[in-house]
Amino acid sequence: MINDSLQSRQRVIATIITVVIVIYILRLFSIQILQSRYKEGADSNAFLKKTLFPPRGLIYDRNGVLLVYNKPAYDITLIIREIHNIDTISLCRSLDISKVEFIERIKNIKDRRKNMGYSSYTPQIFMTQLDIKDVATFQQSMYKYPGFYIQNRTLREYAYPNAAHVLGNIGEVTQRRIEKDDYYKSGDYAGRDGIEYTYEKSLRGIKGMEILLRDAKGRIKGKYDNGKSDIPASAGQNLTLTLDMKLQILAEKLMTGKVGSVVAIEPKTGEILALVSNPAFNPSILVGRQRSKNYNALLNDPTKPLMNRATQAQYSPGSAFKPLQALVCQQMDGINSNTRFACSGESSSPIKCTHSHGSPVDLEQAIEQSCNPYFWHAFRSTIEKDGYGEKNLIFRTNYDEWVDRMKSFGLGEKYTDGDLYEQSRGYIPTQKFYNKVYKAETGWRAITIRSNSIGQGEVLVTPLQLANSMAAVANNGYYITPHLHKSDTMLTKIHRVKVDQKYFPIVFDGMSRVFESGTARLSQLDSVQMCGKTGTVQNPHGKDHSLFVGFAPRENPKIAVAIVVENAGFGSTYAAPIFSLMAELYLKGKITRTELEERVTKIVTNANVKER
Amino acid sequence: MSKNVSMKYALDWTTVAYFVILVLMGWVSIYGASYNFDQSGILDWNQRAGKQFVWILTAFGIGGMLLLVDYKMYNFFAYFIYAATIALLILTIFVAPDIKGSRSWLVIGPVSFQPAELAKMATSLALARFMSSYNYKIKNWKDIIPLGMFILLPFILIILQKETGSALVFVALLLMLYREGMNGIVLLMIVLAIILFVVVIRFSMATIGVEQGTVGFIAAMLLILALQLGYAFFLARQRKETGYSLIGIAVMTIFTLIINQWYNVNFNYASIVIVILTTFYWLFNGILNRNKQIWMVAAISIGSVFFCYSSDYLFEKVLEPHQQVRIKVLLNMEDDLSGAGYNVNQSKIAIGSGGFFGKGFLNGTQTKLKYVPEQDTDFIFCTVGEEHGFWGSTLVLFIYWLLLMRILRIAERQRESFNRIYAYCVASIFFFHLMINVGMVLGIMPVIGIPLPFFSYGGSSLWGFTIMLFILLRLDASRIERLR
Ligand SMILES: [Zn+2]
Repeated sequence: MINDSLQSRQRVIATIITVVIVIYILRLFSIQILQSRYKEGADSNAFLKKTLFPPRGLIYDRNGVLLVYNKPAYDITLIIREIHNIDTISLCRSLDISKVEFIERIKNIKDRRKNMGYSSYTPQIFMTQLDIKDVATFQQSMYKYPGFYIQNRTLREYAYPNAAHVLGNIGEVTQRRIEKDDYYKSGDYAGRDGIEYTYEKSLRGIKGMEILLRDAKGRIKGKYDNGKSDIPASAGQNLTLTLDMKLQILAEKLMTGKVGSVVAIEPKTGEILALVSNPAFNPSILVGRQRSKNYNALLNDPTKPLMNRATQAQYSPGSAFKPLQALVCQQMDGINSNTRFACSGESSSPIKCTHSHGSPVDLEQAIEQSCNPYFWHAFRSTIEKDGYGEKNLIFRTNYDEWVDRMKSFGLGEKYTDGDLYEQSRGYIPTQKFYNKVYKAETGWRAITIRSNSIGQGEVLVTPLQLANSMAAVANNGYYITPHLHKSDTMLTKIHRVKVDQKYFPIVFDGMSRVFESGTARLSQLDSVQMCGKTGTVQNPHGKDHSLFVGFAPRENPKIAVAIVVENAGFGSTYAAPIFSLMAELYLKGKITRTELEERVTKIVTNANVKER
Repeated sequence: MSKNVSMKYALDWTTVAYFVILVLMGWVSIYGASYNFDQSGILDWNQRAGKQFVWILTAFGIGGMLLLVDYKMYNFFAYFIYAATIALLILTIFVAPDIKGSRSWLVIGPVSFQPAELAKMATSLALARFMSSYNYKIKNWKDIIPLGMFILLPFILIILQKETGSALVFVALLLMLYREGMNGIVLLMIVLAIILFVVVIRFSMATIGVEQGTVGFIAAMLLILALQLGYAFFLARQRKETGYSLIGIAVMTIFTLIINQWYNVNFNYASIVIVILTTFYWLFNGILNRNKQIWMVAAISIGSVFFCYSSDYLFEKVLEPHQQVRIKVLLNMEDDLSGAGYNVNQSKIAIGSGGFFGKGFLNGTQTKLKYVPEQDTDFIFCTVGEEHGFWGSTLVLFIYWLLLMRILRIAERQRESFNRIYAYCVASIFFFHLMINVGMVLGIMPVIGIPLPFFSYGGSSLWGFTIMLFILLRLDASRIERLR
């Protein structure tokens, strides 16, 4: 005990030691309990969350024919933070890209303006939609490129080169869609048009996740927690369409070389049997790496193959409007089955007749002969049945009624309870519209808007609406919203037409006589009684459009069709035989008139329409 | 035989228990840290845990043998052991192969050994012998020089082996010197130097005006002024003079700012001038009042100014680039997540992700997947933090605290100053290792690669610490032998 006075210093030393240890315990408390960022850091370090993409639902036609299925494809992804010491030249060689392209791609990935979800910690798409043969060499040498991964995907494969507009296609999701639906991550695919778009949510399935452990060098060390935390991907639901692929193929074939559309509907169910828009394209060209190149080519094609004319193009219905006019005018007491009007043929006024026939004509003959003066008189006596001028308010009320009953055939509005993507509204001109055009409520009357009586004025319809209006006629007064997905819930969407059933038989009579002795007599089909109406629509930009609407058979109709062939001339020449051939195939199962089929197929109305 | 029986009573079994607990916990942690997903078991000889088991068994053997040696031998052979170790250190510099830039490992066949681990024990023994001699006085300059030599010699030799971390451990002996009578001012000055260094370096990038000085330097000068005023006001109780000094500082500051309107003043130099002028004022004042302590205050002030002035130079010229980066990362001046900051960041992530209860034994993802470098040696504490969480790491620190307190208690119960001085050497060295190692892992100490006693993987360090501890236990056990 030499330094007794110094003995107290042991307490100073003990205090120093204690203070340091207490500080360390507080520090431990701070980083282990108070702060959460270290936990997150650990997760992003060690867990590689690998997305498992579900196979997309398959698409079948109404008879169970497989239309769309999947084939494997591969994406190359990278995690910027993990890339180090890679031999860029050999990497580029194994992926068959140039070094300039490599640098450009990396630059685009890092550019937050182009890639808003960019993070150096998460996988980013480097190359997408590669074939197995494209990635084979890369896969063998992948260990040399830390930070690069191969991601399995599926791509669409099409059994037929047809129905592109119905099926739609798959493309990378846009930034807007990612913001709207947080299911998507940058680089995901989603349906872009048609059925693929409408039924995206059930077709896409649910993405799964696999949690892998990886070490500091990025090497995968196995599954985390033996895969107990993994979420398996659940496959998308398969979809059965209402389409009859045989009928669709025939319709597309008959439209070869022509611009226009064909829509066929099963009247009882509203199921769309065929939906053709020509020019079209092979859906498989919008798959894989060539997609954007091909897409741009289609976008710049002057014949607009990307546009779905069947639902988007709007035409004056012309004479195809007459059966509806006949029904509404009867309902409103403007005419009855015995009403006759005189026709002076070409010298009729204010609308001349394009056909020569006896005079006067009744309703049935007027439909058969497509007599313009008859329908002008019928229209006038309907909306001016209570006069005009002093009675202007009553006139306008009558006009409103006409509009309302006309629209009840599914015209002038989009089908909002169906599943068709990108429709146009069409147009049934309203009272308000004419008040505005003629600057006063009294500024117009039947004669002012007489073109509407024969479907030429301001009335506009889409081929789909036209086909649906025929389905409503065929059903004697109702229609089910036309749709593409074969399901029972769709059948409940019944819409009643505001025309009583008793007014239909005479229209049926008139329309069947069109085949027997009228404008479509050359297109009649033995043993099946068909109803139809041809139409020739004046077109200020060129030759007349040829239209046809019809249904068959007359008793218990199975198919209602609308056909538009742009710039073709007379309806009977082009559109009617297409209907006849389609009805034959659908009702009889095969075509006996192969000569007619070939002849129609070979007709070219627009030389710019490319063969597929 | 009688000796063994007496040892049973004389040995401090508590310390032995702490030792065994720490060694076993370390072993389990090494198993956790080096665990592979396809590993067979803890006794796999090809794995580190298996090897560590061999080191542990041999360490127990060495410890047992050291207890059998007559306690007088340690005192008797202290200088001889020191000389032999120094010779070994010199030899090592020349024959050791270059392992990651360090030349500190002696490789003899399959075994490699680090003599620096022995140097701590040898120096402790030599210091104990020297300082316990009859005519030794710590205030005597004649004795301070050889004392310094005892410490400096191994320090320099280990620096030459490029093992800066191991060399710095000798700084810990200041704690022992403090217990043995060194002026406490020395410890305070070290703390002051660290604070000034950190302040100057941390804010050396923040410049004032047009490159007219740095925030760090001026803050350091203000700190010195504050110390002077604090001393005068609270300890020397010269209230009036403190006021005069404050007024003087204010006047000089305003004067500087006025001059600055016409001429760009270097504020660093201006603040130096102010500190020197106030220092002279206090000196003058002290002479008048016959206050001898004022000389010390003046010396510290001038020394601090000089230290601050040269700290930039020290930082950039004396420290190596990688050491500079480590300090910058520690001071949050750089965020180098791929380089020097990576280790510390990953180690914090590993510990932080453990939470309160930890992820469970062998469930740590960060350590298992090798995110933490040196995870079974210098960063072994990460494994504890990740797998056993807050309670586990706190428990380990608590056992270290118990061990250190126990050693202090043993030290104070010794009748011979040789034993006490040696015990304090052991406590200081263990404490320094613990403080630097755990502090580094927690990101509050610079990265200095020294092992955690008894925990880190490696035979040399385990043997080194075991030898130090068991010599102490043998010396302590001699209390009872002497009583008989
Ligand atoms: Zn006529």
